[in-house]
Amino acid sequence: MTATEETAMTIGLAAEPASAGHHPAPATAARVVAALKRRRRWRPLEAVFWAATLASVLLLPSKHLILNEIAILGLFALSLDLILGFAGVISLGHAAFFGVGAYCAGLVATHGITEPLAGLAAAAALTALLGWATSYLVLRGTDLTRLMVTMGIALILGELANQMAWLTGGADGLQGIMMGPVAGWFEFDLFGTTAYAYSLSVLFVLFLAARRITNSPFGLSLLSIRDNPLRAAAVGVPVNGRLVQVYTLAAAYAGVAGALLAQTTQFVSVDVLEFHRSADVMLILIIGGTGYLYGGLVGAVLFKLLQDMLAGFTPQYWHFWIGIFLIALVLVGRERMVGGVAAAVRRLARRT
Amino acid sequence: MAVALETRNLQREFGALRATDNVSFRLERGARHALIGPNGAGKTTFINLLTGVLTPTAGSIYLDGVDITRTKREQRVHKGLARTFQINQLFAALTPLETIGLAVSERMGGGRDWWRPTGSKREIVDEVVEIAERFHLVDELELKTSTLAYGKQRLLEIAVAFACRPRVLLLDEPAAGVPEGDRHEILAAVASLPRDVSVLLIEHDMDLVFSFAERISVLVNGALFKEGSVDEIAADPEVKAVYLGEGDDD
Repeated sequence: MTATEETAMTIGLAAEPASAGHHPAPATAARVVAALKRRRRWRPLEAVFWAATLASVLLLPSKHLILNEIAILGLFALSLDLILGFAGVISLGHAAFFGVGAYCAGLVATHGITEPLAGLAAAAALTALLGWATSYLVLRGTDLTRLMVTMGIALILGELANQMAWLTGGADGLQGIMMGPVAGWFEFDLFGTTAYAYSLSVLFVLFLAARRITNSPFGLSLLSIRDNPLRAAAVGVPVNGRLVQVYTLAAAYAGVAGALLAQTTQFVSVDVLEFHRSADVMLILIIGGTGYLYGGLVGAVLFKLLQDMLAGFTPQYWHFWIGIFLIALVLVGRERMVGGVAAAVRRLARRT
Repeated sequence: MAVALETRNLQREFGALRATDNVSFRLERGARHALIGPNGAGKTTFINLLTGVLTPTAGSIYLDGVDITRTKREQRVHKGLARTFQINQLFAALTPLETIGLAVSERMGGGRDWWRPTGSKREIVDEVVEIAERFHLVDELELKTSTLAYGKQRLLEIAVAFACRPRVLLLDEPAAGVPEGDRHEILAAVASLPRDVSVLLIEHDMDLVFSFAERISVLVNGALFKEGSVDEIAADPEVKAVYLGEGDDD
């Protein structure tokens, strides 16, 4: 057998040690730690983003109503990003949590507890519970079954809200929500200034928490599940357990977003549970991009501005144009579109 | 000698196909054991049963004498059973640093930590660097896994499994698809695994089998066909007929 000669050769090679001595080089360890720190350091662009949102509170007083809507939509999209962008769980029924959060906060207020933060806490707790309970239905199966199950849950809740008029006001909506001042101090006003500042503060705090969580070992294990659940389990990650946790967290985030809407508009309509809410928030993430936390926020700004602009010149047909935009976005690709715009801006800047 | 991993009458059917047929197998502690067999012999099914990706239709599995037949996949890893994959199963968007770090941190229960930034525990970082040195991945630590050369990805496959600090390591064709020039790095990495890790090597490549293994089991049509020392198996006419006969084209 000629293999024996080859075998001898391989043994010779195999006998060569993989590395001489196994004391880790401190230089490498230091380099690695520095690289990890660099990764989670605040980037200048992030500071610019938050400075701009702060500036919008002071400089755009006439736009606070729509800005408030954008902040709420951004938080809702951030919530979807937590499961879709970081853990790879797709959902077409995320409005379930948004809507339940909205009704919860509204009902808390109509039943006499008018402190907004208490309403937020109640909405977060209830939607976390709902997220935890439904996660076991959602997490089994493939992407397609997840789409169907999440959508189904949202549809069921929507119909329940519609039928239980004694509690929710049904098709007339939940009316008579009177909110007290935020933290006993800041009264809501007609121009939406307190509302916007309040929603933005909540968004910022929850964003910070999400940023911290996604940079933790827990966050890393989510990314591994998103990339390859088979391997994640093979290195000891309890895949389902982690997904249950992040789904619960995302549900609470969406619930808070819904609660903010109820509190700042002082009204809840059955529309909060409708399918288009779930679809819109998905579109927002597609526009802004997933997995880096800002996608939902940037997407919400673009989506709302686009909606506003298009509704301005074709009030009835704005869906047509947003459809065209989405098809173009997907066909051309976000990177190329953003890159193309950036290149055009650079060319213009050079010419002037 | 003490047994690290054992199966008793292990069985798995897919419809009418019996992919694992009444396999009673023992892996001694500290062993260098190879499992060979022609294509479709059920080698990968056997690995998937051992690691809990598939559940057996009948029979049982013991790790260090403890029944793990119904133990969840990730729990088997925590109990000391790790594997590599024949086809790379890595985290494309993560770096080797994150990949190995994940395995080390999960072993220490770090994944339950929502608030601590990654990399803030020095003992994890030190261990990641140590493993990267052992598997020649120091220069690649901060590159995206999807951009690594194929040979390096194969090394990472073994490095991640090794980072779980297994007592039993299942290597599923570690050198599969690696070009000739890069093979020695894989072979050396496999050869230098510490002796306290019991290794079961599933392999097609006879060079690697003969250079590494001390015992060989032959699987044919899902059943254990022969078991013996390297010399016994190499000299066995029946084994030659079913396996080596078709396999010596390389």
